[in-house]
Formats: sequence, structure tokens, C-alpha cells
Amino acid sequence: MNGQVAISLEVNGERVEAQVAPRLNLADFLREHLALTGTHVGCEHGVCGACTVRVNGDIVRSCLMLAVQAQDASVETIEGLSDSGEIADLQAAFRERNALQCGFCTPGMLMAAQDLLKHEALPNRDRIREHLSGNYCRCTGYQAIVDAVESTAKARRAP
Amino acid sequence: MSEADGLSVLDRPNSYIGKSVPRPNLERLMQGRGLYVSDMVLPRMGHVVFLRSPHAHAKILSIDSTAAKRAPGVIAIVTGKELAEVITPWVGVLSHLKGLKSAPQHAIAIDRVCWQGEAVAAIVATSRALAEDAAELVDVQYEPLEAVTEMRTALDPATPVIHPSLGDNLAFERNFEAGSVDQAFAEADAVVEAEFVFGRHTGVTLEPRAVLADWNAGEQRLTIYQGTQAPHMVQNLAALHLGLEEAQVRIVCKDVGGSFGIKVHIYADEMATYALSKLLRRPIEFVADRVESFNTDIHARDHRCKGKIGVKNDGTITAFEIDDLTGIGPYSMYPRTSAIEANQVVNLIGGPYTSKNYRARARVVFQNKNVMCQYRAVGHPIACSVTEGLVDLAAMKIGIDPVEIRRRNLISDDAYPCAAPSGLRFELLSHHASLNKVLEMMDYDGLRAEQAALRANNIHRGLGIASFIEVTNPSAAFYGVGGAKISSQDGVAVRMDATGSIICQTSITEQGQGSEALTAQIVASVLGVSMERVRVILGDTDNTPYGGGTWASRGAGIGGEAALQAAKILRNNILQVASVILQSQPSELDIGNNAVINASDGAPRIELKDLARIVYFRPDTLPPGIQPELMATRHFVPREYPFAFTNGVQACWLEVDTDTGFIKLLKHWVVEDCGTIINPQLVDEQIRGGVVQGLGAALFEKCIYDERGQLTNANMADYLVPMSGEMPDIDVGHVVSRTAETELGAKGAGEAGTAGAAAAVANAVNDALCPFGAIITEIPLTPQVVLTALGKI
Repeated sequence: MNGQVAISLEVNGERVEAQVAPRLNLADFLREHLALTGTHVGCEHGVCGACTVRVNGDIVRSCLMLAVQAQDASVETIEGLSDSGEIADLQAAFRERNALQCGFCTPGMLMAAQDLLKHEALPNRDRIREHLSGNYCRCTGYQAIVDAVESTAKARRAP
Repeated sequence: MSEADGLSVLDRPNSYIGKSVPRPNLERLMQGRGLYVSDMVLPRMGHVVFLRSPHAHAKILSIDSTAAKRAPGVIAIVTGKELAEVITPWVGVLSHLKGLKSAPQHAIAIDRVCWQGEAVAAIVATSRALAEDAAELVDVQYEPLEAVTEMRTALDPATPVIHPSLGDNLAFERNFEAGSVDQAFAEADAVVEAEFVFGRHTGVTLEPRAVLADWNAGEQRLTIYQGTQAPHMVQNLAALHLGLEEAQVRIVCKDVGGSFGIKVHIYADEMATYALSKLLRRPIEFVADRVESFNTDIHARDHRCKGKIGVKNDGTITAFEIDDLTGIGPYSMYPRTSAIEANQVVNLIGGPYTSKNYRARARVVFQNKNVMCQYRAVGHPIACSVTEGLVDLAAMKIGIDPVEIRRRNLISDDAYPCAAPSGLRFELLSHHASLNKVLEMMDYDGLRAEQAALRANNIHRGLGIASFIEVTNPSAAFYGVGGAKISSQDGVAVRMDATGSIICQTSITEQGQGSEALTAQIVASVLGVSMERVRVILGDTDNTPYGGGTWASRGAGIGGEAALQAAKILRNNILQVASVILQSQPSELDIGNNAVINASDGAPRIELKDLARIVYFRPDTLPPGIQPELMATRHFVPREYPFAFTNGVQACWLEVDTDTGFIKLLKHWVVEDCGTIINPQLVDEQIRGGVVQGLGAALFEKCIYDERGQLTNANMADYLVPMSGEMPDIDVGHVVSRTAETELGAKGAGEAGTAGAAAAVANAVNDALCPFGAIITEIPLTPQVVLTALGKI
């Protein structure tokens, strides 16, 4: 159990080689080995959604996945999505609508929202609420987040 | 108060006051580039994990850490007795809460544990995972003792006394009587009584509590990185209990992942972490996991409150009476104490109404459960639910509409200043204007018609209304008078640097409310510069003025006023220098658009950056005797009113499924009056977030203990919090009654949402269940509670 395992994966487009303990989860790997601390750890049992990242294009809870399971995978974190500009419009909508207060849920929330916007062209408010219902936010009461996602969806749809 | 030019400093051209400008600190948070304590790493940092008691009450017979000390990565294993060499115990009492008692509490338990989750040993290792591995090897032998868990029998002679030295399990009792209560009940046409039961719940900040303590033995200085709401309070207490001077302790507060009152206290494990750093002479980090958060973050609202209301047939309320009982765990929390919540309940009951006949008893008892203390809207949800529940029951009893009984009894908007039944003074409130506004927003009559129509189809919707008052801008009356070294004043220092930029250091703190934004808005408006020019520094005891921090809805009202006054001084100082440079008079000049301008026609005279360049680099060109002072500091504390009360009203529209007991929230409305609104969007979002916290308490949240004192749902899968799917949209409206105590006129807005949400929900549920004759006075309103009330289970 304490022996190290070599892993090789891509994180935010960069090749990463590392030696990790088999029990190390992906969230701790990103935070502690790669110092990508935008992936937050809120509950460590897959409920709060703060650690949401993208693995091979799908959003996953990085606290429920082991780093060794990410062998050969492409992992994208909030830092990667921010730097690529992929969610710049969504982030601008969050800023305009004050859709974050303490900001601890925000990276996971943006990940989940972008996932919805990639798969559905014009989700209504109920669909947005449903898709984000695995991401806990204690500060906002969610309405501002729903507003920001809704306005981004509409703006992306506009010709 | 007003400026020489006749304009208030807040009404100046290009003022940011009243504008929804975005917060300046959002970008880093959205990019995942914030800095929370758990993100921080220091050289030689050790990670501490606390071994915690599985028993609610037990003697510690022995602790054997021989095997654990040999485990990989272990730096040290420290017991309570060993740590007590470095840090002294504390007692959470305040002298103005007469009779409040508690027992000495240690950073780590010595000899005895008093709740499930109390730390019995600290395991320090090179990583958290290795410390957790080693913790499993520590062998602690316990002798279980009988656990006191039921607050209703905590004072019975047959119940064991948790702290024998205190004599009994009564921590605090307050009795209050005003007016002619017995006579008022005798003169009532109807008297209604009910017992209101509240589920013990907790804050569930998404970022768990975290501390990084760094004792530098070379400097003899302790730097504590912590997401606290009150840095100077932590500085004072860490120094006091570690035997240091305050100047030897620095508190640094970077980004904070939610606080809500959870992070305004001093926790034993945090004290232990400071002490471990000193003991082990290296940085030590503690990050609670979620199970620890549920077992050790303060809980709140575990109350059973019997209430009684007298009413005449014309709707006049004659009297209120309550008997409140609350269980706070084994210790009164430090330093704010665990008696404040019950004390607030006594203060706030009946607060919106004219009746002055009021009798109250509140008793606070010890139990072997996790500690309870102040959480967002301290005491307000209890007082509001009891008051508004009683008012609705009285209306139902005499057969008048819930709106009508409020119209007849709410304090008239022209009756101020006046006082609550408990004697607390109101400067200026707006209950009737707020009620009128919310009725308009919600289309009350339309909803009543819809409700009646749907009942015919066996669809049961309910409408609930709750008026409330909120304590904000607390003066020294809250803690200072009781001997706690918790500052009620705040300070702001504003300076202009050599490029004309403004740097502002404030003692209030930021946990997402927008402290940084509102400070920048005020300073920019008063000075006449653009907000981008203003940089706000907060959360560092080495680098900000001394002050209270951000809690009890005080940041905008107190810290904001200090910012306003400091900026006014700096503005005058800038104009003094400008008048010398321009050979003019200060009264003929103003500042606008980052330049000194003519007061008369607004024509630009000199850019601030050019003025700053002269002051800092070419003072030789100024006349002799001129020493510019481009930095100003001001402090502020309310003196006239101990608290700036605000008011408001909430309304809830929901549907009850009488077969399943499920409640669907359809819509929620709030009208509140926080005085001057600095940033409408930030106020509205405080209200919405607060409402949703109150809705969680109303419908889902409860720390479920068994009879042995075991917390049975200490995880986020079993302890339910509001998620986006269940929450309604919330419409927010405002009435503005400024406080005259400050030039800013702002009161607080952080707790209004939480104060009245549960009351509105409970009243709506009872309204929906009216045809069934079912009355529920318990939260959370789970399907089980609803079906039980309907007699279906």
C-alpha cells in the first residue's frame, strides 16, 4: 500500500509524470503534487462538488477518483479552463451577477455549469438548477448562479 | 454633516454609492487562484490530526502512543497534559450575562472527555494521511460515563452534573418582565399557547475550519494564518493563553471559504494548533475534515420554546410570554459565550409589535453534545419563528387574516424612536411600508384566489408571512461591556501613493460579503477617484488598524463609516496641498475623475498623480512650512444606540403534498430596510443567501444525536443542506430608513434573510394544512413531521 506507483497523464495540456501512493486521490494529487489548488476539497466523500474536474471531457469528483486511475487520461482543472479562455464568458457573467461570495464552490460550479452548456444549447432554469444540484453553495442561495448560467447560455446561442 | 458645497459626500458626481459595481476580488476566486488556508504550504510544515473521543462522556484512563510514535512520518504525538505546559485553559463567560458559568476548557482534553469529537491527542506528521495512519495506532482506554443528552431533564436532580464544581447543569438563566402581563392575558379575548421546537443545526461552511500556525523561534513571533472573521480577537486570545505579548502574534486572514459565524470563535483544536507550533518550533497546519466539522464546528438553535399570546377580538395583541430552554453542549464557547443566543431570544420576542406586556424566561443548560454558539442571525430565527408563529395562531383563533393582524399590531412607521418590549431601542423602522411593499410584490390577493381554487383540486398551497427585526452595527454593549477583548470599533487608514493610487487598510474582514468592494466604493466616492484606483487591504493584524472584523452585520455600518471619515480627511488634506500648488483656496477646489478640479465649473486643475509626484518627489518646490499629509486614519464606533436595528418582512408560497409530506417551495419574497444601500446587488445577494440558509433550517437541517450523545448524521450525505434543485427564486425589495448615527446611514444586512425565512415557511405550511386542522410548530419540517401532524403515520 505504501509503495509508489508511476503515473503518466496530461493535466491542462501538459504532460505530467509522477510517483504516487496508490491510495492518493486525484484531488490531493492535483493540489499537493501539482499545486493546482483551484480544485477545492469540501467534503471528501463525493457530495459537495467543490473538487469537480474534467477527465477525458467528462466532469468527475476528483475526491472519488484515485490518481492512479488517471493514468493516460487528460485532466482539466479550473486553472486550465481559465487560461484557455474556454469559460471567459461564463466567468464574466458570474462577475456581473455576483454569482459567488466566498468563492470556494466556484471552480466546481463553473466546471458543472460549463458541462451543461456544452451539452445543452438553451437549458431552462429548472434544467440549470437540476444540473447544478450536486454542487453545494452555502453563500449565494443559487439564484445568482442560475442567472449567470442562463444569461451565458442565451449569449452563446445568440447569432 | 453636509459638505460646504451643500452636497453630501455620498451624493457627489460619479458616486459609487447605491450602484451595483462588481466586486474587485472575484477574478482570482473564479480562476481557482484564491488563497485559502488549506492551499498554503510552508517549509518544514507539519500536519496535525486530532484523535477524537468516540464517547460523549468518559474518563480517559490511559493513552498509549508507543506504536504510533514509530509510524512513518510521525513528528510528535502530544496529549492534553503535555500541551497544557504551553497553553492555559479558558472559561467562556461574560460579566454582563449575570450568573453565566462554565468550566475550564483545555486545548486537548485532560482526564475526561465531554462530547463525542473532543480531541484527546494530537498526532503531528509530515502529511495529513500519515498522521491519520498513526492516529489509528494510538491506544486510548476510556471509562464511559453517563451522557447528559436530553435538555429537558438536564436540570433534574437525578441527572448527573457534567461539571460537579459548578453545582448543577444550569449555565445561565434570564428572567424578564415588563408591563402588566397577567392583567393583559386576563383582558384578552383569546389566549393561544404552543411549544416551538427547533432542530440543532450547524453552518456547514464549504471550506472546513483550517489553521496554519508558524512559531518562529528566532523572532519569538507566532504568525497564524486562519480564516477568521475577527483577527484582532484571535491575536489577543492566542497571546493571552500562550503567554505572549500581542505584538508577538500576527494573524493573517486570506480568502475564507464561508464563515456565517462558524469562524468567529476560538476552537480548542485551533488553540492546540497554535500551541503545537510553539512546542514543536515549526509551522503546523490543521485542516478539519468533514466529519470533524460536523462534530466540532459550533452548532446552534437547539431550542424548545413555550410561547403564549393574548389577543382581543379586534385583533389587538395584549401580551407575549415565553419559556425558552436550550442545550449548549458541555462548555460555554470562548470568548463570546453560549448564552448570547438565548439572551437574544429574550431581547427580540415581540419586537415588531406595539404590545409592551411581556414575560420571558430563558434557561441554558449543559449537555454532552458538541458546543453550541453564535451562528448567522443569532437567536433571530428562534424569536421570529415563535413571535410570528404565535401571531398567526392568534389570527387563526379569532378568525382574521394574517396580514390584518399584523397591520393592527406592527409598530407604526411614525412612532419612532421607541423601544421593544424587552427595552431595546429602535431609532427608525418601517414595518408597515415593508409589509405594503411585499404584498404588492407578491400579489397577495391573487395568490389567495389561486390557493382557494387549487384547494378544490386537492392541491394544498400555503402562504406565510413573517415580520422581523435584526440587530446590526453592535456597539460595545454586545461583548466589550462583559469583559471580552472583542473590539466594537473599526479603523480605516487611507493614503494616496506617489502615482495617485489609493491604498486603504481596514480592520473589517472579507468572507465573500463584499467588504472589500463596499470599502472601495465609499473611499472612491468620497475622494472623487475611480474605484480601480483604490486598493483595499484587510485581514492582517500587522497591516490594518485595530478593529472588530466582520460579524453581527457590522462591516458596512461601522467599518464603512470609518472608511468614509478617513477618506474625508484625506480629501481635505489633498485639497490643502492643491490650494498651495494652484495658489487657490481649498473651498474653491474639489476632486473628480482622479484630478483636482474647480468646485465652480468642474474644470480640471491638476491630476492627482501630478500632485502626488510633487508631494513625494519635489517637496522642495512647495512653500516653506508646508508638510503634506497624504494619509489619514479614522476609527468609528456607534455610541448613541447600542444596536442599529433593521426590519423587514418575508413571505413564502409553497405546496404541501399531503400524501408524501414533501414541501415544494414555489416562491419567496423579502422586503428589508438596511438604511443606506451601498451596493444593491451585494445587499440582495446577502439577503438571498441568508434566506436559503434559513430555508435549510426550515426544511432539512438537523444534527441528529442518539440518546448516548452520538451524532448519527455527521456527513454531507446524511445531513441535508439546501441544493439548487430545491430552492426557489427569491424576490428582494427595499425600504430605506437611514440611521442618523452615521454620515453613511448604513445598517447591516447580513442576517435579515436567515432571521425570518423559517418563520415564513412554517406559517405557510400551517396555512396550507389549515383545512386538515393540523398545526406544526417544529422545524425542520421533514416529510415525517408533516405526515405525523396529518395523522398519516
